[in-house]
Amino acid sequence: MRLFECILLLCLVVCALSVAFTKDLLTSIIIFMSYSLIMCLIWMILQSPDLAITEAAVGAGVTSILFFLTLKKIRAIRKEGQDEQEEG
Amino acid sequence: MSRRKDNYETSRWLKFKRWMDGETDPLSVGMDPIEVIPEEKMRERRKDFARRKAYDEELSRIRVSSAGKTEIMKARGIRYFQKFYKIMSVILCLGIILVLLWTVAALPVTGGAGNPANNEVAARYIEKGLQETGAVNIVTGMILDYRAFDTFGESCVLFIASCCVLVLLRLDADSKNESIRKMIAESDDRHFEPKDDIILQKCACVLVPVIMIFGIYIILNGHLSPGGGFSGGAVLGSGLILYLNAYGYEKMSRLFTEKVYRRTTLCALTFYCLAKSYSFFTGANHLESGIPVGTPGAILSSGLILPLNICVGLVVACTMYVFYTLFRKGGM
Repeated sequence: MRLFECILLLCLVVCALSVAFTKDLLTSIIIFMSYSLIMCLIWMILQSPDLAITEAAVGAGVTSILFFLTLKKIRAIRKEGQDEQEEG
Repeated sequence: MSRRKDNYETSRWLKFKRWMDGETDPLSVGMDPIEVIPEEKMRERRKDFARRKAYDEELSRIRVSSAGKTEIMKARGIRYFQKFYKIMSVILCLGIILVLLWTVAALPVTGGAGNPANNEVAARYIEKGLQETGAVNIVTGMILDYRAFDTFGESCVLFIASCCVLVLLRLDADSKNESIRKMIAESDDRHFEPKDDIILQKCACVLVPVIMIFGIYIILNGHLSPGGGFSGGAVLGSGLILYLNAYGYEKMSRLFTEKVYRRTTLCALTFYCLAKSYSFFTGANHLESGIPVGTPGAILSSGLILPLNICVGLVVACTMYVFYTLFRKGGM
């Protein structure tokens, strides 16, 4: 269990760093989601399931969706179909 | 920037104005007006200075081309000021960091027995929580009984936040402004929805009921097992968002419109406010509240916590969903 905890913490640090250093915004949001999921597992290990549920629902779910929407609004994400139309 | 007269810089009015603002001493005419400012004032008016600096720079660039000696002096003064500004900002930053670190150093050691966190409040929550609130889940007992006023504030904050987003992002369909109506017509791709993505729809078909039931379970069992209004509401909200994405606005509007949102949120907040006012009133006056605590562990127990959990859950679920729709389209 101790080893698992260490691996999780290491993943947390790696995720946190790579969110900051990723150039692509979409990728960084997905890494942020995985950060939230790891955080959720850590909350479970720290014996606070309340926070784990909230973290999973808010951190990994709703916040990321709102980020995606914002990216779509500011046209940082483009659909493949749109690209083809613009190229063609 | 509005155009100014050429001789405005030397006019009496500007000198008077600057003197009134306390930025320059009228006796020291030859000196650079920015250099004589004391540090405290500079911090206060940094924004104002930045704007003025840009203006002065532009002005000096124009003047330098006509090569007046005083203007060159002035440009040099601005350069000195820029350096001064950078150094001052670094010093300010370091100062704040030092103060914060100093505060951290003055904090009690983590886990010490004599820490202020180890007082009688936590002991009472743990020892008498079950008896006084009737909630098996001590966390919910604390949040919705001992500290219910805080939770009420949090729900209100969520409501106010969604109202602000509504004010900022809503597009008024009845607007007489031509451009806004055009914008709505452009952004309204609702009639292209649902996109009939068969994979998404089948997934949603399986997942949405499970998510909904899980959310309702978390809310209703908030006083018995981990969870509560906020987490359950967030789960419910994500279920609603998934359904909306799979099946589109038309099917969603059968269940959830702006009117439903307003009424639900208002009713939930009002009920919360009234219920807690009642228990505060009776508690402060040492009266019997008359609300049975019930047997701990039963679903209908722990007095007001269950209805309060439902209220908080409704507010949170509605707010999550409304955030999504407003970010997406600017309307429900």
